Amino acid sequence: MLTIHTSDQRWVDICAVEDLTPEAGCGALLEDQQVALFYLPNQPEQCFAIGNFDPLGGANVLSRGIVGNLGDRLVVASPLYKQHFDLRTGACLEDESVSVPCFSSRIVSGRVELATTLADNSSG
Amino acid sequence: MAEKQRLVVIGNGMVGHNLIEKLVENEAAQQYEITIFCEESRLAYDRVHLSEFFAGKSAEDLALTNGDLYRQNGITVRVGCAATEIDREQKIVVADNGDQTPYDMLVLATGSFPFVPPMPGHDRARCLVYRTIEDLEALTEAAAKSKVGAVVGGGLLGLGAAKAVKDLGLETHVIEFAPRLMAVQIDDGGSAILRSKIEALGVQVHTGKNTTEIVDGESAFHRMNFADGGHLETDLVLFSAGIRPQDALARSSGLELGERGGIVVNNQCQTSDPAIYAIGECALWSGRIFGLVAPGYQMAGVVASHLAGDVAAFTGADMSTKLKLMGVDVASIGDAHGNTEGSRSYIYSDQVDEVYKKIVVDAKGDKLLGAVLVGDAKEYGSLLQYMLNEIQLPEHPDDLILPQRDGSAAVGLGPDMLPETAMICSCHDVTKGAIVAAIDDGATDLPALKTCTRASTGCGGCAPLLKSLLDEELDKRGLEVNTDICEHFAYTRQDLYSLVRVGQIKTFGELLAKHGSGNGCELCKPAVGSILASCWNDYVLQKPHFGLQDTNDRYLANMQKDGTYSIVPRVPGGEITPDKLIALGQVAKEYDLYTKITGGQRVDLFGARMDQLPAIWSKLIDAGFETGHAYGKSLRTVKSCVGSTWCRYGVDDSAGLAVELEHRYKGLRSPHKLKFGVSGCTRECAEAQSKDIGIIATENGWNLYVCGNGGMRPRHGDLFATDLDKATLIQYIDRLLMFYVSNADRLQRTSVWMENLEGGLDYLRSVVIDDRLGINAELELQMQAVIDSYACEWKAAVEDPESVKRFSHFVNSDKGDSNVVFVRERDQIRPAVDAEKESAEPA
Ligand code: SRM
Ligand SMILES: Cc1cc2nc3c(=O)[nH]c(=O)nc-3n(C[C@H](O)[C@H](O)[C@H](O)COP(=O)(O)OP(=O)(O)OC[C@H]3O[C@@H](n4cnc5c(N)ncnc54)[C@H](O)[C@@H]3O)c2cc1C
Ligand code: SF4
Ligand code: FES
Repeated sequence: MLTIHTSDQRWVDICAVEDLTPEAGCGALLEDQQVALFYLPNQPEQCFAIGNFDPLGGANVLSRGIVGNLGDRLVVASPLYKQHFDLRTGACLEDESVSVPCFSSRIVSGRVELATTLADNSSG
Repeated sequence: MAEKQRLVVIGNGMVGHNLIEKLVENEAAQQYEITIFCEESRLAYDRVHLSEFFAGKSAEDLALTNGDLYRQNGITVRVGCAATEIDREQKIVVADNGDQTPYDMLVLATGSFPFVPPMPGHDRARCLVYRTIEDLEALTEAAAKSKVGAVVGGGLLGLGAAKAVKDLGLETHVIEFAPRLMAVQIDDGGSAILRSKIEALGVQVHTGKNTTEIVDGESAFHRMNFADGGHLETDLVLFSAGIRPQDALARSSGLELGERGGIVVNNQCQTSDPAIYAIGECALWSGRIFGLVAPGYQMAGVVASHLAGDVAAFTGADMSTKLKLMGVDVASIGDAHGNTEGSRSYIYSDQVDEVYKKIVVDAKGDKLLGAVLVGDAKEYGSLLQYMLNEIQLPEHPDDLILPQRDGSAAVGLGPDMLPETAMICSCHDVTKGAIVAAIDDGATDLPALKTCTRASTGCGGCAPLLKSLLDEELDKRGLEVNTDICEHFAYTRQDLYSLVRVGQIKTFGELLAKHGSGNGCELCKPAVGSILASCWNDYVLQKPHFGLQDTNDRYLANMQKDGTYSIVPRVPGGEITPDKLIALGQVAKEYDLYTKITGGQRVDLFGARMDQLPAIWSKLIDAGFETGHAYGKSLRTVKSCVGSTWCRYGVDDSAGLAVELEHRYKGLRSPHKLKFGVSGCTRECAEAQSKDIGIIATENGWNLYVCGNGGMRPRHGDLFATDLDKATLIQYIDRLLMFYVSNADRLQRTSVWMENLEGGLDYLRSVVIDDRLGINAELELQMQAVIDSYACEWKAAVEDPESVKRFSHFVNSDKGDSNVVFVRERDQIRPAVDAEKESAEPA
């Protein structure tokens, strides 16, 4: 997968791969940010992470949405009002002006790690 | 602007209203200043479906117009105002309030009135007729005071009225003067089968009875004395012994009448005064009165075009009819009695299943002249087309009515074989050509086609033919309506259901690999999740199924706006012990949950964080509760009333039945949620008629209503079967629900599903009651398998550490969601609004 490493980015250990349920999401705490972490073992990236807060529904629920694809975009549908968010970019498919933050992820020896940046930390 | 001509129409019944519609359509309405006299207290309504008033339709449902048509076209309607006099010299109509309305052209559409034989006592209280909504209201009122009802007349209208009397819960008798029922439309053989079927429904038929007088009864309100010396005690008498044309105005104004009444008209429907037309049931054409609505509509068409300056002619009308009389299909086509010289007939009579079919063919055996169908009239549409279009009969005409046993296709008549001029819908005069043209213009589904051609919006008899014509035309054009569930499966929900069942597919992954593409989405995943559950009833939170579920099913609770959940334990039938009530209160108190009584007779606890759900449920389970599936597309509640155990009016134990049914069907996953109601008597305190499955106790068992709902588009359930014993009731529900589960679209409630089933309620009855598809044994087994494999999902969840783990808000922390904040209102919590959150501490 394409991960852009910038100098102020750090990898944070989150959990073991076995803690995740395939084809579904769960909430994760990345320092003090709420993240929605999805495990799609059939995709090359395997793990995806975006902000958990649904800006349209106004609640921390995106981890509880159904994942799938619309055309060639991998998406999660918000469980509140069903808007789709792109798992690779955080963009909302229904409303271009809306997006959620997006985090890089990797699996290292059976552990899931998420990347964060100083910018994200400072605004959290 | 040129002076407009003045057109007055007397009568706003079905035909009078149809005339106005046609004048608006052909734009002649613009040329006239139109005034209508409407004697009844409401605008035109559907008299043909009058009896549905008793199946829950309201006067508004039956209305043919809400008045917009008149308002938008500047037409004056005098509602509740009768015309009492026509001054033909001065061309003025005088109304009952003395008003005088001048006319240039006048149309009489005064219909007919019920014939009441002038026997002594015919005008006693509780002696009624059956023609208007007011008549039905009077009937309902009289029935409330009665136990026994007698209908005078065993013809088409009489049997319709008898059904109403039966539905009102009275012991019902039909008194017919002739030696058999429906003497005009059907022959001896058909009549015998009809009688036996009707008697099997508990209606007592007395033929060859001439009532001489009605006097005070001994055991009932009336006694009817018959010419043969016999008598009948009854509380209510309903006359339905034929109609008489309403020609009083024509008579007093000197228009030519027939010997036995009726306003004489020519082929343009003009009376003996060329400025006056008569149409509908008051008109006598060529010595005949047409007591059906379709010929009336044809007359309206003739007059509408005449008023627009065109010439059209009424040349008689086909009196073929297909009816459902007390649930029995009866059809009569053309020369049903074989009166044509040299005609011969084929007869098929099955006394076991009580089906009778006869066709009458011409001397050469080439053309169909007539037919009688009793007990099963599915061939009506194609037989009618054979007759109307004089289509050459097949080599063995009897193939048209003989049952098909070897699975070969019936020798029907494809719409392809019909000429362009073939009349598809005789109620609204719509030909095959007109329908094909509408399809060309883009009306490519049934609703669109119905709206723009009006085909199939009258008696509905042509619906199957219309559907097959549409399908065939779409097919010819290579058009296909896309009914795929989503981009991942080129199948409908029904297709997927079959693929899963037949292919014994147990997971979404397997189905996707075999029959789909991509990764799925929020449309197909929950739909397939639900299908898998309906078929195999595996625990929905097993790993391969978890990701398929909507969030509510995933966490077995309903998500609220702030991301917290509500909890609804099952309270079968709404019956709950004080201990359980206390337990609910204790749990709610311990976790500080907002507590509310729901509209479904149970208790909802709101404001639980996801991570609290397993602990809360462990306590509820210990107190004896089970999941209530408030989150699932599955059985929600069986609403009950207290029933005969306590209620002084109850006739059976509705609460007991509700509890039993709720336990039977809890856990059944279905295309949409399911709700039941069980009431202990006709007062209907459980509102069963607004449920998918509604049950009402009667003196003789249970009445079953189906496919109702509240919600966005409320619909009363239809009476499906009456006086069932409990075993039969449950059997019907098993079959109906499993058929729905196998057959409905995603998120389609039973009401919409049934309305979209070709053949609607009748078809559903034929599947569930008569086993038309031969699948009932299978459906019952499938239902039994679901019932046998029931397990409380919450119990399974709290006992499985893997499942419990999924309820934590964070995979890597025990913390809760800091964005969930409550404030207090009316002594309970509620989610804080944004402004409040800023000043509050996290929960
Ligand atoms: C709690 C309750 C309201 C209440 O405070 O009384 C309720 C609450 C909700 N109803 Fe309801 N309905 C509730 C009784 C009803 C009723 C009345 C009844 O059942 O007698 C109706 C009309 C009857 C009917 O369904 O035919 C009703 C018609 C709806 C509809 C419209 C359905 C339709 O076909 O038009 C929806 C939307 C849907 O299901 O798609 C809906 C959906 C909802 C949802 C699930 C909306 C949602 O997704 O968040 C609500 C969430 C409930 C929760 O969080 O627990 N609710 N809802 C009632 C729960 C009853 C129960 O014990 O299970
Ligand atoms: C219970 C029942 C079931 C039926 N089932 C079928 C069926 O299945 N198929 C079928 O084809 N037909 C059926 N019919 C017959 C069908 O309803 C009639 O053919 C149709 O209603 C005739 O329409 P019309 O406008 O001529 O008369 P109506 O509908 O009777 O209308 C005449 C109107 O004129 C009004 N009127 C009369 N005199 C005056 C006046 N002086 N001033 C003002 N207004 C006046 C009357 O009050 C009435 O409202 C059924 C009828 C009934 C009662
Ligand atoms: S009516 Fe609307 S607001 Fe009220 S409970 Fe039902 S869905 Fe919610
Ligand atoms: S024939 Fe009556 S609706 Fe078409």
